[in-house]
Amino acid sequence: MVSFEGYGNYETAWCPGCGNHAILEALKKALVTAELLPYRVLIVSGIGQAAKSPHYLNVNFFNGLHGRALPAATGAKLANPDLNVIVESGDGCNYGEGGNHFLAAIRRNIDVTLLVHNNQVYGLTKGQASPTTAEGVVTKAQPAGVPSIPFNPVAVATAMQAGFVARGFSGKVDHLADLIVKAMAHPGFALVDIMQPCVSFNKVNTFAWYKQRCQPVSEDHDPANWEQAMKVAFTWGEQIPIGVIYHNQRPAFETHFSALKRGPLIKQPVNTTKLAGILESFA
Amino acid sequence: MPETVLNIMIGGEAGQGLVTIGQLLAKSLVRAGYFIVVTQSYQSRIRGGHNTYTIRVSPDEIQASQESVDLLVALDKQTIDLHQDEMSARGLIVVDEAFDRRGDNYVLVPYKQLSPERFSNIAGLGVLGVMLGLDGPLVATAMDEFFGKKNEEMVKQNSQVLAGSRAWAEALDQSLTRKLPAVTNPQKRLLLNGNEAIALGALSAGVKFLSFYPMSPATSIALTLAAKAEAMGLIVEQAEDEIAAINMALGASYAGATAMVSTSGGGFALMVEGVSLAAMTETPIVIVVAQRPGPATGLPTRTEQGDLEFVLHSGHGEFPKGIFAPGTVEQNFYLTRRAFELAEEYQGPMFVLTDQFMADSYRAVTPFEVADLPAVRPIELQILPKMDYRRYAITESGVSPRLLPGYTKHVIGADSDEHATDGHLTEDLAVRIQMQDKRYRKLTGLSAEVTPPEFRGDEHPDLLLVCWGTTRGAVHEAATRLKTEGRSVGTLHFSQVWPLVPEQFMNHLNGAKQVVAVEGNATGQFARLIRTTTGFHISRQILRYDGLPITPEYILKNLASV
Repeated sequence: MVSFEGYGNYETAWCPGCGNHAILEALKKALVTAELLPYRVLIVSGIGQAAKSPHYLNVNFFNGLHGRALPAATGAKLANPDLNVIVESGDGCNYGEGGNHFLAAIRRNIDVTLLVHNNQVYGLTKGQASPTTAEGVVTKAQPAGVPSIPFNPVAVATAMQAGFVARGFSGKVDHLADLIVKAMAHPGFALVDIMQPCVSFNKVNTFAWYKQRCQPVSEDHDPANWEQAMKVAFTWGEQIPIGVIYHNQRPAFETHFSALKRGPLIKQPVNTTKLAGILESFA
Repeated sequence: MPETVLNIMIGGEAGQGLVTIGQLLAKSLVRAGYFIVVTQSYQSRIRGGHNTYTIRVSPDEIQASQESVDLLVALDKQTIDLHQDEMSARGLIVVDEAFDRRGDNYVLVPYKQLSPERFSNIAGLGVLGVMLGLDGPLVATAMDEFFGKKNEEMVKQNSQVLAGSRAWAEALDQSLTRKLPAVTNPQKRLLLNGNEAIALGALSAGVKFLSFYPMSPATSIALTLAAKAEAMGLIVEQAEDEIAAINMALGASYAGATAMVSTSGGGFALMVEGVSLAAMTETPIVIVVAQRPGPATGLPTRTEQGDLEFVLHSGHGEFPKGIFAPGTVEQNFYLTRRAFELAEEYQGPMFVLTDQFMADSYRAVTPFEVADLPAVRPIELQILPKMDYRRYAITESGVSPRLLPGYTKHVIGADSDEHATDGHLTEDLAVRIQMQDKRYRKLTGLSAEVTPPEFRGDEHPDLLLVCWGTTRGAVHEAATRLKTEGRSVGTLHFSQVWPLVPEQFMNHLNGAKQVVAVEGNATGQFARLIRTTTGFHISRQILRYDGLPITPEYILKNLASV
C-alpha cells in the first residue's frame, strides 16, 4: 500500500519558506498518485540545496557529484530498467556544471524524469549567479551585474525535441504534482523545470514575482505541436507559462539495447559457451 | 641474438595497407606454431606519415620486442632511409624494384608486374610468406578469412595476386630468403593483443556495462566489447565525455551491473572526481588506464609508463585502491578478472594500468579455459532482508553488506557526502571518523590479497633488475642474455603495483649486490614508490621516455652507464 507517510517525514536543512519544501510535497504526492512503492523508486541527485531532496524521502537514492546526476541516472536505468528513476537537482547542477549531460540525456531519450529546482541563483554557495540568472542582476560574485544572458532550459529541450518538456511552479503544489505524475508516466526523457523562490539569496525573483507571472498554458495549447511549443517555450517575462509544453513519442533509449530485452543485466549470467566461441574466433 | 629469432618490420605510409600485411602475417605465423611479439609504431594521422608494424618471431617463447631489424619490408622509400641503420648483419630489405635502390641485401620486388596498385600489399604478403617458408594455404586461408565478407571479385583478385607473387618469390635465391625453422606439432594459440585480452578478461568476469569516450590507446578495449555486446548481453555506451563515462558506470554498478571504464591519461584526468565518488559510495568499478606520453596531449600514439603516480594518487581524500600492471597478454586477461573480483569484494575502485605498447602488441597466447573461470561473486538478489539493514554498517573488515536497489523492500542509499550507516548525509564528526576508518580498513584485506611480484634468477644476484607492467618481457630477456655471458642476475617484476607488501620482496632487494630499476618514464616513479613505502633507495635506473617501448637491447646498452 503506497501512502504519503510511507515516503517518510524528515527534518530538512532548508531555510523556512524555501520552495524546496513545496517541491518535496508535490513529489511525494506524485509518487503516491502513481502508486510507486518506495523501493521501486530511485532518486539520483547532484550537489546543491535541491540535491539534498532524496535525504528527505524514504526511497533508493544515489546522491552523487555536482553536475553528474544525469549520467549516474542513465547508468542505473540501463542496469535495471525496472527502476523508476528520477533526477532531482538545481539549475546550477543541471544547466551549468552538467550542461553537456543535459544535452546528451535529451538526445538519448533515456527514461528518466528530471526535476530541476530552478531558483535562478546558487543557494548552497550563497548567492552567486546561476546559468538561469537574468542578465544584469547584481550579486557578490557579479558586482557589475551578470554579463551573460540566461539559459532557457525549456526552449533548449523543446528545440532538441526532448521526449517531454514541462514547467511547474513551487507555489502551485497540486499542479506541479500532476506534472510530475505525467512526466514519470512518459516513456522517455522528461524535463520538469520548476520555478521556485530562494528566500535567502534571490531578492529579485521572489515568491510574489513568480506568483504574478506563472500562469498555466492556454487550454488550446497542443504539446504535440512543435512549432506552437517553441513559441510557448520562448515566452518569458510578464508571463511565464507553466504546464506541459511539448512532448513526442520517440522510443526510449533503453529500448535500443538487445541485452535489456532479456531483463535487468544482473539477472543474466555469463554465457561461457558463447564466450568460448568468441575466444575461438581469435585462433 | 639466436638465428632462430627474426625481427620483421613492415614500414610505409598510413593507408598503404601495412597493418593488413602485418595482421595476416601474424595470424599465419601463430597458426604455424610460432611465438610472436608485435610492436606497432604509428603517427596520429589517418593517411601519410611513417608507420611501422613489426613482428618479432621465434619457434621458442619470446616476450620482448627487438630494435635491430632482420627483414625490412619497405612500402615506401622513406622507410629505407629511416631504418637502414637498424639492419642486422644478416638483414634483408624488401623493396619495390621501381624505387631504384640497390644492394646485396635487397630483394627487388616487381610489384607493378605482380599486382594492380591497390593490391600491392597482398603481393608483399605473398613474397614475405615464401621468404619465411610459410605454407601457401596457411597464408591464403588467413587472407580469405580477413576479406571474406567483402565482394567476391576482390577476393578473387587477392587470391590471384597472392598466388602470382608467391610463384615469383619461389624463384628467389636462397641467400635472399630467411626460412624459419619449422615447428613440428604446432599448438593451438590465440592471436591476441593486450587490449583484446583485457576485454576478454572482463567478459569472463561478467562485465555488463562499459562506458567510454574514445581515446588512444584505450579505444580498442571498448570496440572489442562493443562487437561482443549483443552476444554476451552487455551494454557499451559511448558517453558524451569521460566525466559522464565514469559517473554512468558508477550509476550502473550501484544498480547491479558489473561495470568498467577504459581511457588514457587525459581522459582519466577528467574521471578523477568519479574515482573519489566510487570510494565514498563504496561502489565497485574497474578502471583501465592505457598510458601514453604526457603531459597534456603528449604523444597520442606512443607508449610510456608515466602515469603510475597519477593513478596511485588519483581522487581527493584518502581511500584504498588497488592497481594492477600486467606484464604479458595473459596477465592482461587474468589480472583484469582479478580487478573485477577485488572491486566487487572491496566495493571500490580497482585499476588496470597498461600502455600503448601492450595495447597494440599481438602475441601467441595459450587459449583460456573459460568454462573453469567463474564470473565474479554475484550479489544475491533475494537475500531475506534483516529488519535493520545498514548499507554502510561498521564492520571489522570495513566491507559492509551490499544490497541492490529494487530487489528487496529495503531502500538503498549512496551519498558523496560523508554519511551515517544508512547512507544519509551527516555532519556528526564522530561518525566521520568511524566511516573514514571503516573505509580505510579495506586496505588491510586488499593487502592480504596482493598478487606478489615475480622473482626469477639467482637468489643473491650481483645484479637485480626491478620492473613493473609491460617492461617484463624486455627485462627477462636482457637478464637471460646476461646469464649466458656468465653474469649473476635476478629479476623482480611487479604485476600489482599497489598496495605494496614489503615482506613479499624486501629479501630480494636486500639480497642483491646491485639493484637497477627499469621503467618507461623520465623520473623513476616506481623506484620512488618503493622508496617511500620501504625506505629502500634504488638509485640506479634505466629509464626510457622517447615514446618507444623498452627493449632488451636498450637495457643492455644502458646497463653499462648505470
